[in-house]
Amino acid sequence: MTAKEWPLYEVFIRSGQGLAHRHVGSLHAADATMALENARDVYTRRNEGLSIWVVPSKDVTASAPEEKGEMFTPADDKIYRHPTFYNLPDDVKGL
Amino acid sequence: MTDEARIAELEKQFDDYVEADNKAEPKDWMPEKYRKTLIRQISQHAHSEIIGMQPEGNWLTRAPSLKRKAILLAKVQDEAGHGLYLYSAAETLGRSRDQLEDDLHQGKAKYSSIFNYPTLTWADVGAIGWLVDSAAILNQIPLCRCSYGPYARAMIRICKEESFHQRQGYEIMLVLNRGTDAQKQMAQDALNRWWWPSVQMFGPPDEASPNSSHTMKWRIKRFSNDELRQRFIDQAVPQADVLGLKIPDPDLKWNDDRQAYDFGAPDWDEFFAVVKGKGPMNKARLDHKVRVWDDGGWAREAAMAHAEKESARRASQKSAA
Repeated sequence: MTAKEWPLYEVFIRSGQGLAHRHVGSLHAADATMALENARDVYTRRNEGLSIWVVPSKDVTASAPEEKGEMFTPADDKIYRHPTFYNLPDDVKGL
Repeated sequence: MTDEARIAELEKQFDDYVEADNKAEPKDWMPEKYRKTLIRQISQHAHSEIIGMQPEGNWLTRAPSLKRKAILLAKVQDEAGHGLYLYSAAETLGRSRDQLEDDLHQGKAKYSSIFNYPTLTWADVGAIGWLVDSAAILNQIPLCRCSYGPYARAMIRICKEESFHQRQGYEIMLVLNRGTDAQKQMAQDALNRWWWPSVQMFGPPDEASPNSSHTMKWRIKRFSNDELRQRFIDQAVPQADVLGLKIPDPDLKWNDDRQAYDFGAPDWDEFFAVVKGKGPMNKARLDHKVRVWDDGGWAREAAMAHAEKESARRASQKSAA
């Protein structure tokens, strides 16, 4: 017999009020409730968090590593998006 | 304990909590008025980013060089992005994107009044970057520490991106002022038209700003309208000097006792008239926004229909396998 494998969940923790949830890792669980409880036990044993999100890994749509070039290099030659591109006199303050 | 007493107690706890500079997050309990105030403020802010694309978008095809066109396009793109970050923050408070859009389209929600003025020349693009974005940055930096987590986080990202907007505007003014007399005159004319609306961007004087005390207590706002306005003027005057431009305020004068500039009173009657819809571009801005939304309706429907068809196709392949 082939036992059905528990699905994988990605775990996100908010470590402090005012901070965004951050990806900390993943775990297998039978359902979302179990994933939340297990994430609590695995990832917040030392007060690492105030809030947890669990998301089924299969629902994460990720960009393909081999498409890194087309995805990200177009930003390389748009240096005018950075404030340092503009030459301003040194004596002008607040810009 | 009655429900009312219980709510009053929760409100008191909440007020103390945020007053001590703690952050509230979407699922936390919060007073209804705090939620409503934030929805109003964040959505107004988002609408301002989106409507703010129009005055500058007006110059995209007529920017004086390929370089300036690429820069302006990047700036307008950023504004669309800023609108998105802000709408997302507003949605965490329980009002949907479509509802927020609808509030704007129905004229129920406001956006920054400055965008109800026209961009008549290329120098206006410079003046907007320099003055309007300077004013926006001064308003926005304190919001990075605002008590509502998602808003504060959106603001941190926006402020980081905003700095190039301000610098590219100032650089446009600088280049024009090194140019011909006609170019210098164009820069001065843009400053003359954008100065007072920029000074008004901080809102009415403190004594006429009814919502301020609550938003200060809740750490949504940290400085009063007049404090920020003073900061803006003190910063802009030396910047105008470097440019060699004259700020159109006969009462502008350094006050040695206050270590700040004294300045004349903006025309508040004009400000309130523009807020109420009587500015030169109010109707054009909103009409354009609504028309683009309506014209794009088929594309939104088509994308959704395509997604549904694809997902049905995948489901039938899966059941056949």
